[in-house]
Amino acid sequence: MSYILEGSTGPWEIVVGLEVHCQVISESKLFSGASTKFGNEPNSNVSLVDAAMPGMLPVVNAECVRQAVKTGLGLKAKINKESVFARKNYFYADLPQGYQISQFDKPIVGEGTIILDMPDGSTKSVGIERLHLEQDAGKSMHDQDPKYSHIDLNRSGVALMEIVSMPDIRSPEEAGAYLTKLRAIVRYLGTCDGNMNEGSMRCDANVSVRRPGEGFGTRCEIKNVNSIRFVMQAIEIEAKRQIEVIEGGGEIVQETRLYDQRLGETRSMRSKEMAHDYRYFPDPDLLPLVFDDAFVSEIEKELPELPDEKKARFMRENGLSAYDAGVLVAEKEKADYYEVVAKGRDGKLAANWVITNLFGALNKAEVGIADSPVTAENLGKLIDLISDDTISGRIAKDVFEIMIETGGDPEKIVEEKGLKQITDTGAIETAIDEVIAANPDKVEEIKGGKEKMLGWFVGQVMKATGGKANPGMVNKLLRDKILG
Amino acid sequence: MTDLTKLTLADARDGLAKGDYTSVELTEAHLKSMDAHRNLNAYITETPEKAMEMAKASDAKRAKGEAGKMEGLPIAVKDLFCTEGVQTTAASHILEGFKPEYESTVTTNLFGNGAVMLGKANLDEFAMGSSNTSSYYGNVVNPWKDKSGKDLVPGGSSGGSAAAVAANMALAATGTDTGGSIRQPASYCGIVGLKPTYGRCSRWGIVAFASSLDQAGPMTKTVRDAAIMLGSMAGHDAKDSTSAPIGVPDFEAALTGDIRGMKIGIPKEYRVDGMPEEISKLWDDGVAMLRDAGAEVVDVTLPHTKYALGTYYIVAPAEASSNLARYDGLRYGQRVMDEGDSLDDMYMKSRAAGFGKEVQRRIMIGTYVLSAGYYDAYYNKALKVRRRIYQDFEGAFGQVDAILTPTAPSAAFAIGDNEGDPVKMYLNDVFTVPASLAGLPGLSVPTGLSSEGLPLGLQLIGKPFDEETVLRVGGVLESAANFTAKPAGQEG
Repeated sequence: MSYILEGSTGPWEIVVGLEVHCQVISESKLFSGASTKFGNEPNSNVSLVDAAMPGMLPVVNAECVRQAVKTGLGLKAKINKESVFARKNYFYADLPQGYQISQFDKPIVGEGTIILDMPDGSTKSVGIERLHLEQDAGKSMHDQDPKYSHIDLNRSGVALMEIVSMPDIRSPEEAGAYLTKLRAIVRYLGTCDGNMNEGSMRCDANVSVRRPGEGFGTRCEIKNVNSIRFVMQAIEIEAKRQIEVIEGGGEIVQETRLYDQRLGETRSMRSKEMAHDYRYFPDPDLLPLVFDDAFVSEIEKELPELPDEKKARFMRENGLSAYDAGVLVAEKEKADYYEVVAKGRDGKLAANWVITNLFGALNKAEVGIADSPVTAENLGKLIDLISDDTISGRIAKDVFEIMIETGGDPEKIVEEKGLKQITDTGAIETAIDEVIAANPDKVEEIKGGKEKMLGWFVGQVMKATGGKANPGMVNKLLRDKILG
Repeated sequence: MTDLTKLTLADARDGLAKGDYTSVELTEAHLKSMDAHRNLNAYITETPEKAMEMAKASDAKRAKGEAGKMEGLPIAVKDLFCTEGVQTTAASHILEGFKPEYESTVTTNLFGNGAVMLGKANLDEFAMGSSNTSSYYGNVVNPWKDKSGKDLVPGGSSGGSAAAVAANMALAATGTDTGGSIRQPASYCGIVGLKPTYGRCSRWGIVAFASSLDQAGPMTKTVRDAAIMLGSMAGHDAKDSTSAPIGVPDFEAALTGDIRGMKIGIPKEYRVDGMPEEISKLWDDGVAMLRDAGAEVVDVTLPHTKYALGTYYIVAPAEASSNLARYDGLRYGQRVMDEGDSLDDMYMKSRAAGFGKEVQRRIMIGTYVLSAGYYDAYYNKALKVRRRIYQDFEGAFGQVDAILTPTAPSAAFAIGDNEGDPVKMYLNDVFTVPASLAGLPGLSVPTGLSSEGLPLGLQLIGKPFDEETVLRVGGVLESAANFTAKPAGQEG
């Protein structure tokens, strides 16, 4: 499925690489003991190191290193047992040191891969170029005072993992799938909470366009887009802008751009000429970061089952389609929920109920899986009630509606509302006889060869029994009675 | 009663232990000496009240039988060490009025061992200089005079520390050494100065100049004093990732006076063109003294020595340009801004007003050598040369136990000399910079006088973390040289 934008002079392909900043889940900051807690009073999580007081020195937080290695393993990437922290120098009010401690030519994690699960059930590999650790900056607030900006250093020094993809992404949908998958992986790993709206995951997109099959064009970097939807929009809008510029005889200038989601446009932030010269050099306050194989294998042992493996297992063990399995593993909580429902039951039936009925209902109610009124145990019981013929599939849907509303136990609901399937032949026969008696003309039609009319009778009988009659038995008895 | 300011640290320690005098008396005598020598401008901030408080507390501690290794001994602290509640300026206008809420690890160790702080010693601004003329708080005057009687520089950057010790305004002082800032002023002021191995003393709480080179060390009247004081400064510190996780030996115990059979290296590359005759002779005399004491003198080669100064003046400014970025007028120190100024305006005005010329020069050099397009030609190449310089020493130390060189190419010069020519000023560090780049311990011991009657020092360079050998050989050199000259007015 290739994504092509038609310009006035022909087709264009887009080329996208993403740089994602993931805030590392850790108690304290990358180089200081200050807390990383979100939402505290401004400037309350600030150590002497974070405020860059004279003579203060950074000491690397081993937990952040472990989290980065864990993420690297989750991305099937090369772990660099020796990496180097470097200073990225620039002046800004929310950067107390006047430099950000980052990693430059020797990152902690090298090349890896992310498998995208596309909406049509297909997959695509996107290369990871690197993952490196770096400090976050503080927060500038320009709306607190008419004359001055305010600075909150709570975030200053919090550990980030910058994850850089190869320019392998070819459509906004792929960019969306990449971010969704990356977020799933870090959430599975517990290395980043992936909340883009809180800024704990932020994305820069490098976008260029080219004629299909040609070399890369000049790229522009769109900074700090804060939701997956906006990233997808920004890429499309930026690609269209670039095509317009080129087709109008212009040239793309390498620059940093901002996406304005209100106006639906990207605009220039700073040109290459105005770009900072960051004067990277190895941070002399820190020794090279060195660890051994044992350190890595310890972390490897703690790795949970990741989405790709889980998906493969669901397909293999439960016979699910790639699409269904992909939907279920997209969030760990969804997969966990599904596994409880599927345990000891028909995996496909369970998947149908979870995906079609439950997710449908949750989406409609705008509720997350964690807040689902229907517990996995109860949904499992509902499926059992269908399997053992206590209720029909149709009645099950009604029961489910009630469960969504009340959060109730399906067995109790069926009991209280008297929804048990009628399997008593006498009761069903009585209903059939009544319908036959009321519709002699239709009986004749069937006898005359119009067997399709049997379905109508089934419907009438079901209606008469409030849907509780066992549909199979209704069918059989009708056949016997009318066609003898 | 003897003049308590003329005691060595070791003598004062022993006198206190015997109860000959108290820390209060010792401290009072030094405070009086500070009053008498204020013309030397050795201190930026004097802390007489704090000193008396500490002395009293120290005497009380001693009375309880809890005396530490430096108990009751009054010292000067270079104003590059952050001291809790006491103004810490790094001799810069930009930090004027800055009172840290924390105490550097080295001063914490010293005070924990009982040392008493007399005040914060003057230095070159941000420790950048070899003459102590770049201090915002005025230059320091060397207590020594040449025959013309002109005011001379004390050397730098630890010029205030060196002058304070030479003029008996402190029993000893802390210094820091990045390219020679302990050893060169020690040589110029006729005292002992030891730059330990990089990583021996914690850098935590010391205002950073060049992080990969900065190292704190003692500046004292004798080699024994240096051994005592280093023992109270050193030690692993988890707060400094570059601090070495090793124990602190008993440095004083290393002073056996016996160097028989030891091999002392003489690097031919240090005999630079145009080396003054008296420096050459001083060096030869030193060689003879060590040989007479039973050491074997061996010629060694350090072929990359000639690149050391150039390498240093790339690496140190590069790190400084980044280390000094935090002085931006925002969180502490001086801020200069006018109504309606932008953030950039504030940066430029605060830094232009806050930093002196030499600091600005080094920030610009450092920024340049790290810039895109120049990084490989300068900074990266400098790192490679630095590695070679280290390997030179590694090779030499395969043959010898210590290396003997002059400390500086000249005696102290007149204030104002070399001011117009930064490169000439930088040449003062030619013999001290290689050991700094290699992270090795270097000890300057006064061994003779120039034709002008000014002190001259010899430098001993040792293997990594082998301060003990350096001190042992230094002790022998000190005894043999029997350097008893004092600046006018300080004669014992």
